[in-house]
Amino acid sequence: MKFGIVTFPGSNCDYDAFHAVVDSLDEKAVYLWHKDHDLQDCDVVILPGGFSYGDYLRAGAIARFSPIMSEVSAHARLGAPVVAICNGFQIACEAGLLPGALLKNESLQFVSAPVTLRVENARTRYTSEYEFGQTLTIPVAHGEGRYTADADTLDDLESREQIVFRYVDSRGKPTAAGNPNGSANNIAGIVSREGNVLGMMPHPERALDPLLGSDDGLAFFQSILAAVAA
Amino acid sequence: MTAFRVSVHITPRRGILDPQGKAVEGALHSLGFTGVRGVHVGRYVVVDTNAENATAAENTVRSMCERLLANPVIEDFEIEPASPQ
Repeated sequence: MKFGIVTFPGSNCDYDAFHAVVDSLDEKAVYLWHKDHDLQDCDVVILPGGFSYGDYLRAGAIARFSPIMSEVSAHARLGAPVVAICNGFQIACEAGLLPGALLKNESLQFVSAPVTLRVENARTRYTSEYEFGQTLTIPVAHGEGRYTADADTLDDLESREQIVFRYVDSRGKPTAAGNPNGSANNIAGIVSREGNVLGMMPHPERALDPLLGSDDGLAFFQSILAAVAA
Repeated sequence: MTAFRVSVHITPRRGILDPQGKAVEGALHSLGFTGVRGVHVGRYVVVDTNAENATAAENTVRSMCERLLANPVIEDFEIEPASPQ
């Protein structure tokens, strides 16, 4: 299986994503330059974290007009997997691949810390190797991670089980105490209606080794592998 | 074609929590501006563009707002009348 990792000017998690695919999954990965128009026959596209275009205007607002994004959107329209992490999630929302938007954290502070997530839907192609209700420790690192959408969109996301991960507290409850950024309904990650585009603020690619605090991100990548191989 | 300057105010959509505005509001209160009832912090974008006339310039900037300068999910925008340069 081949993963394509898009590098925008200002991406900084592209190497982590590459490491996740090549060293942890033992699969192939290539970097896709934002100015290219070729996905190089990749099965899975990863929009990595970072500060594309310096977060000018709004996080992700300018990156979505990068040349490669028209191919990424076409890939998504075909139902193929697109993984959008952190800044990638912001870009995917700006591009309309996912509903809603990510706003400045409620605290106004950049949050860089491990957080606890609860798996809300274990039947997606990104979570099949997890159990429903399982809690995970995965780091976040963002200043603009407050997921926001209008009430109808939130209702839709809830009723269609598009919410994949929620921030929870130490007791596993989605409370304000467990919410690092003020996201609506404690939303940490969602999938598109068709289920092939995933966006999340936490970084599973930084949780692959107990030495670094957690390997709870491993099953995320293994789920993708299982889904695409199937 | 004439050169126009069109300015746009972009603010967080009303009803959406604006922690930046809240923080500024709190600071103004502590400075003694007790009459302050609300603050919203947004962006001010100035576009210099060529257009047939002022209406065309404003319409072009409206299209820019819809496609890039503002995010309709979270922001409102107000376009000021175009001024010839």
